[in-house]
Amino acid sequence: MAIEIEKPTVGLSKVAVSDTHGEDSPYFAGWKAYDEDPYDELCNPSGVIQMGLAENQVSFDLLEQYLEKHSEATNWGNRTFGFRDNALFQDYHGLQTFRKAMACFMEQIRGGRAKFNPDRVVITAGATAANELLTFILADPGDALLIPTPYYPGFDRDLRWRTGVKIVPVHCDSSNNFEITPQALEAAYNEAESMNIKVRGVLITNPSNPLGATIKRSTLEEILEFVTSKNIHLVSDEIYSGSTFSGEEFVSVAEVLEAQNYKDSERVHIVYSLSKDLGLPGFRVGTIYSYNDKVVTTARRMSSFTLISSQTQQLLASMLLDETFTANYIKTNRERLKKRYQMIIDGLRNSGIECLKGNAGLFCWMNLSPLLEEPTKESELILWKSMLHEVKLNISPGSSCHCSDPGWFRVCFANMSEQTLQVALTRIHDFMDRRKAMKTSN
Amino acid sequence: MKKTRNSTTPTTGGGGATTAMRVIVPLQGVVQGRGGLFLGSVIPCALFYFLQLYLKGRGGRKSDDPPAPPESSPSETHLPEVSTLHRVHSRLLLSPRGTNGPAQVSSRANAISKQVDGPYYVGLKRSVDDPYDEMNNPDGVIQLGMAENRLSLDMVQEWLAEHTRESIICQDLSISGIAAYQSFDGLMELKVVVAGFMSQVMEKPQFFNPAQIVLTAGATPAIEILSFCLADPGNAFLVPSPYYPDLDRDVKWRTGVEIVSVPCRSADNFSLSTTALDRAFNQAKKRGLKVRGIIISNPSNPVGILYNREMLYSLLDFATDKNIHIISNEIFAGSTHGSEEFVSMAEIIDTEDFDRNRVHIVYGLSKDISLPGFGIGVIYTFNENVLSAAKKLARFSPVSSPTQRLLISMLSHTKFVQRFIKINRERVRRMYYLFVGGLKLLGIECTKSNGGFYCWADMSCLIRSYSEKGELELWEKLLNVAKVNATPGSSCHCVEPGWFQLCFSTLREKDIPVVVERIRKISETCISRS
Repeated sequence: MAIEIEKPTVGLSKVAVSDTHGEDSPYFAGWKAYDEDPYDELCNPSGVIQMGLAENQVSFDLLEQYLEKHSEATNWGNRTFGFRDNALFQDYHGLQTFRKAMACFMEQIRGGRAKFNPDRVVITAGATAANELLTFILADPGDALLIPTPYYPGFDRDLRWRTGVKIVPVHCDSSNNFEITPQALEAAYNEAESMNIKVRGVLITNPSNPLGATIKRSTLEEILEFVTSKNIHLVSDEIYSGSTFSGEEFVSVAEVLEAQNYKDSERVHIVYSLSKDLGLPGFRVGTIYSYNDKVVTTARRMSSFTLISSQTQQLLASMLLDETFTANYIKTNRERLKKRYQMIIDGLRNSGIECLKGNAGLFCWMNLSPLLEEPTKESELILWKSMLHEVKLNISPGSSCHCSDPGWFRVCFANMSEQTLQVALTRIHDFMDRRKAMKTSN
Repeated sequence: MKKTRNSTTPTTGGGGATTAMRVIVPLQGVVQGRGGLFLGSVIPCALFYFLQLYLKGRGGRKSDDPPAPPESSPSETHLPEVSTLHRVHSRLLLSPRGTNGPAQVSSRANAISKQVDGPYYVGLKRSVDDPYDEMNNPDGVIQLGMAENRLSLDMVQEWLAEHTRESIICQDLSISGIAAYQSFDGLMELKVVVAGFMSQVMEKPQFFNPAQIVLTAGATPAIEILSFCLADPGNAFLVPSPYYPDLDRDVKWRTGVEIVSVPCRSADNFSLSTTALDRAFNQAKKRGLKVRGIIISNPSNPVGILYNREMLYSLLDFATDKNIHIISNEIFAGSTHGSEEFVSMAEIIDTEDFDRNRVHIVYGLSKDISLPGFGIGVIYTFNENVLSAAKKLARFSPVSSPTQRLLISMLSHTKFVQRFIKINRERVRRMYYLFVGGLKLLGIECTKSNGGFYCWADMSCLIRSYSEKGELELWEKLLNVAKVNATPGSSCHCVEPGWFQLCFSTLREKDIPVVVERIRKISETCISRS
């Protein structure tokens, strides 16, 4: 429309006007639908059930109990400021006790199979910030990170928006349970090279989001070999490491490094957060753990842009250093997640739906490809829409996770009560029945 | 005759890579012809490499030297020094793949890590490592380099002691309420009380609309987010100098945006003139830098002057004429202490007919309610598109829920807030006059300022050679001999040597004579030598 503009309007940057934030994609569109018509057991029993949010609500009661009993953790007013108290300048180092607490907690999660040095812990306001920060440090605008598909849709925004860095996908598919292979890594690397893009690192999520499965030790070793041969970095996002269903199956890249005496470890960086394992997303607590001194120093300085308040650090430090509490929490949380997982797997199987065999995370990777009209992304989105509007379930389509096999969906099960999950399973069961009925009548 | 520094050189911190490219590309052009590209790369590379070896051999460098290729910060890393050749030529044909040394970090990371810590950061670190304490460490460094407000900490601590627990985990709200995901740009309840607080602090019934607020984990990300939204890499902001050292970090580190400083002089009481703005704008243009906006702080930091109405109108006129943005950092609005009236950009925009889309205000709680690590930042914008983008970008710098809950509770206690603002302001005023008076006894004059909890002191009488070198010598003497950490004007990009920013907000009244005495001691040695 041509309107006479008298004064030129003041311009904004490319970052401001870009849509790399991705909020127009189906992943987020489903959330909007939920916001408009949220399920409530009493007030809105026919509303949309949110199964697209990977949040852990199964162990809240444990946290509540802890805070009830330990109210001194919240008494910041009584803290006297000694003369050595640090102020704004030291903020980016984070409180020593808090860093120690995070290191200890990370060790506990890994069953003591890896050691973490508090001086290598850099604190950020969430894993989102941690991932972006690492990207700024490891890559320049125009460079790329290799990320195995399917991956968390938020990476497109978090790793690319302000950094100007690209993502080149490493294609994994259902033929081998979506495992990462050296061939796939090599292919992605070559693809980047052919486009004249410099690859700076590989980013893996372990346990994987959206697959809900841990990466095997042998695969981790292969990935390490690959990044070493190309002299690039490895970022291991381990934010679901405390949400494995058993203590034994998760292998952290830290363990692999320890086994090889930390040879070539300066290229490895781990991201962690308390949002998933502890169910505290509102606290915005993330960390970068790097084996590279320069990265630690730079990340620390850059964390000025994403600080956590001392109050939050203190509150959490005392909680995380309470080993009785954390040991019990980790164990109980695992058991409850496993139970939930079993519940949803059984429920889906009864409806004739199979999922990828999972052992971690707050979601399962569901295979609806038999239901697709055609094995295409478009068919998948049609199915997704009917799940959203007909069945009133918000689940995440594989295409928003860049999955090359159409028909897979991520379904979260830990952000609701058992009753709600049951309702969701019933709806799916009815949906599948209706489809069977339609088919047989055709 | 007052010497001035070249105020148009870009502030240090640029990557060594860009300098290298500026040398190599023209040389490539020279050596064209058979095997041209290869030779055109090899010969300048070799020359550059040998030049660096030579420079390194000559020993340490000051932060003001032209940027040498990045070196690892010696005190904190133990990595072997990687040959500069690799980083600089990563995109040329000769880029060696694979096996030489550990994987590289990005050039922006290198630029940051190489930033040989200037006096500002060195001084801060020293004061933290060896802090003054009347009882336990009477010879420690007295901190005058940090604008953190300890003057009213007691009132906040008192409130916290009484109210903390109930405010975070209050009656109806279980942990599930505070722990669950909320929007990243802050709870609406907090925005509402912050808007109210801003209005109270500015001592006028200035209305701030909570819907136009984005909350961030401090003013630092607030400035960075605005920089990302208003300018592209390679663009620039005009900033009146002297300006506070951290602005270089906030605006430039990750955005790729430049700062072009607009020098203000003592003859004008360091106030901004439109002539200087114009000149800076044109110089930027000549350097090929597109100016996207102006960043001011009001009250200004480090000088502490207020922008009056006329100046704000002129700024808006200028911005309208050039079609650029204005960012007004009003974080010290709560510490105005003089007789002049504080006028917020918001007030001007309300009453006059300027395009609101170009005005953005930054605020924060960390200066008024100085609890370590407690600060939250505010972006207040009239521009819908900036608001929308900033809300999404806040995800990288969100404020944690318990802190938000605590602040909602604190800022809702109206009596407490009123009392706090009033008493805080009185204490700032009192300390200002005491401190300035103390310095006067030594013959050190300060600019007449009306805001902030620091003074801008002319210590040129104490420096031997009227130059940046002389100023830094004095800075070192102050830090190492007098054990007083003050921020030298050169760290603030001041074009006149000899000025220092001295913050009094971490002092108690009885510390002032101690400071004055320490400065007197070294001033005697300064004067006796000149």
